[in-house]
Amino acid sequence: MKLVARVEGIGAIGPGFTGWPQAREILRGNAAPDESATALPAPERLPAAERRRVGRNVRVALAAGFEAVAASGRDARDCAAVFTSSSSDGDNCHAICEVLASADRQISPTRFHNSVHNAPGGYWGIATGSMKAADSLCAFDGSPAAGLLEAGTRLAERPDEAVILVAHDAPYPEPLHALRPLPDAIAFAIVMAGGTVGGTGLRLELTDEAPVTLADPRLEALRRQLPSARLLPLLRLLAAGETGRVVLAYLDGLSLAVEVGP
Amino acid sequence: MQPLLISSFTATSCLGNGLGPMLDALLASRSGLAPCRFETVKLDTFVGEVAGVDAQPVPPTLAAFDCRNNRLAELAMRQDGFLDAVAAAAKRLGPRRIGVFVGTSTSGILETEIAYRHRDPLTGALPASLDYRRTHNTYSVAEFTRERLGLAGPCTAVSTACSSSAKVFAIAARMIGAGVIDAAVVGGVDSLCLTTLYGFDSLQLLSAQPCRPWDAGRNGISIGEAGAYFLVERGPAAAPAQALWLLGAGDSSDAHHMSSPHPEGLGAKLAMEAALASAGIAPADIDYVNLHGTATPSNDVAEDKGVHALFADAVTCNSTKGATGHALGAAGAVEAAIALLAIRHGFIPASPGTRAPDPALRVRYRTTLERRPVGRAMSNSFGFGGSNCSLVFGSRQAGAP
Repeated sequence: MKLVARVEGIGAIGPGFTGWPQAREILRGNAAPDESATALPAPERLPAAERRRVGRNVRVALAAGFEAVAASGRDARDCAAVFTSSSSDGDNCHAICEVLASADRQISPTRFHNSVHNAPGGYWGIATGSMKAADSLCAFDGSPAAGLLEAGTRLAERPDEAVILVAHDAPYPEPLHALRPLPDAIAFAIVMAGGTVGGTGLRLELTDEAPVTLADPRLEALRRQLPSARLLPLLRLLAAGETGRVVLAYLDGLSLAVEVGP
Repeated sequence: MQPLLISSFTATSCLGNGLGPMLDALLASRSGLAPCRFETVKLDTFVGEVAGVDAQPVPPTLAAFDCRNNRLAELAMRQDGFLDAVAAAAKRLGPRRIGVFVGTSTSGILETEIAYRHRDPLTGALPASLDYRRTHNTYSVAEFTRERLGLAGPCTAVSTACSSSAKVFAIAARMIGAGVIDAAVVGGVDSLCLTTLYGFDSLQLLSAQPCRPWDAGRNGISIGEAGAYFLVERGPAAAPAQALWLLGAGDSSDAHHMSSPHPEGLGAKLAMEAALASAGIAPADIDYVNLHGTATPSNDVAEDKGVHALFADAVTCNSTKGATGHALGAAGAVEAAIALLAIRHGFIPASPGTRAPDPALRVRYRTTLERRPVGRAMSNSFGFGGSNCSLVFGSRQAGAP
């Protein structure tokens, strides 16, 4: 089997980059990866009441998603959405666990509904008005590869439609940070379509090969530290406008090969 | 979609371990709900707790995965010959050609909730024994299932709140349809924890009595826990007449609110329409709808509107959450098992807890057991974030005589 997709738009936000143009220059080697923390965007297009309540994961996921959709020229309401995250909202999880360990276990209802893994997908629907399906997948460090596979099979089923993949992570505060040291919030989004016209072609295939690494040690560190950054080898090819083949981390003993073609 | 053969399935809930006790309870119209005595929880509510979860160890080689949620997964997989069925499929197809897709909302979060009571008084550190990846993380139960079954194909946890373990069927259908795999183990495992019990309490959505879906006096949910698994594969052309099939799957989003359904049930209707379209059938071809039917005032109203818009009052519907409780991320899988039992054994289950359907709700709601053939059944699962999924199961492939 080979799943096919065509890349129509990309969004990126993370430590040292506030959008795809900046991330692209870093990946092309034209700009040094910088060490600055992820600048959290305001959660646009949400009602004011919701805007105040959403966590870091929702903010980066929505920002990357909006950027990718704008770049694709599509309407978000026409795109099925595949969200992936190795965790969910770490700050929110910590706050709930602290209250549940206290004498008074009254947790906030907003914290509770924001604790679901699919909170970014839910807020995406509210922000964009999209009533298309929204998945929320977790395969630990292989979460973005699971999302690429899901997007590819959605396009195999409906080649005339479009899918947006949003891979996002947000860190836990201590004491969970010590057990799962995600350094910062990050999100990448890719709008993909089926068919053979427009955009850059991707071919996806499972493989036993080991995942590729990145030559730049700072980018490689980012790839290793943040599950969503396991997409960086693919994004590097897309940034450079090159054709080629990369093997992305997925599960133990199973990787996802992506061929980037014309 | 190409129909998928359900070649083996099993379900463990508060109705009992495996399909036998579940069928007995359904035919006796019995509820498994009981006053909440779970852990240190002090809430005036009923829960559907699975007996014997804590006494079910995980295999020693997978001891790092030990937590209540994975014990429930282990308990569920051990019923109805499921382990043997998967082993035979792995031998036939190869472990690499079988995917694993498991729905859960909270995975093993209970371990972390308890660990937060035992933080180091000086440093605040959590106990070193807490294995975040293999217990707390959402992926834990999917990884545990894959390793337990010795499978080596694609794997993911699906976590879209209460639609999670319905969506796994749709994912498997796409993966098999695209030729990525030949078969999949799909299911849902969600266990009781403090986050969901106190969380639904904070939303004032917990009933103080056993839940009463569709009843005029319904006043909230009863939380349950469950594990259910299915082996699905591309069926042979000459499958036996009594074979059970996944015929269709459809999903949608409400685009409305994080914890309240679309007031007109529009997202629900879109998911049901998509499921019917994917099965290539019309509403009149459905004999029974197992509703999401959580028994909160607003959820049942919204679902009633969505179902009525498609089926009017022409199809028998009800919710079995009065029997099992709301198993959250495992609800889709548990109710898929109930729909399959209804088809296999020819009955529409009762709706324990429902005394009289709310006259303001319009679908044809059945409160008592009815013995009659069920050719095709739909199962609805809707969750926080406005995530909706509907599935269609049948005893024969759509279009076949």
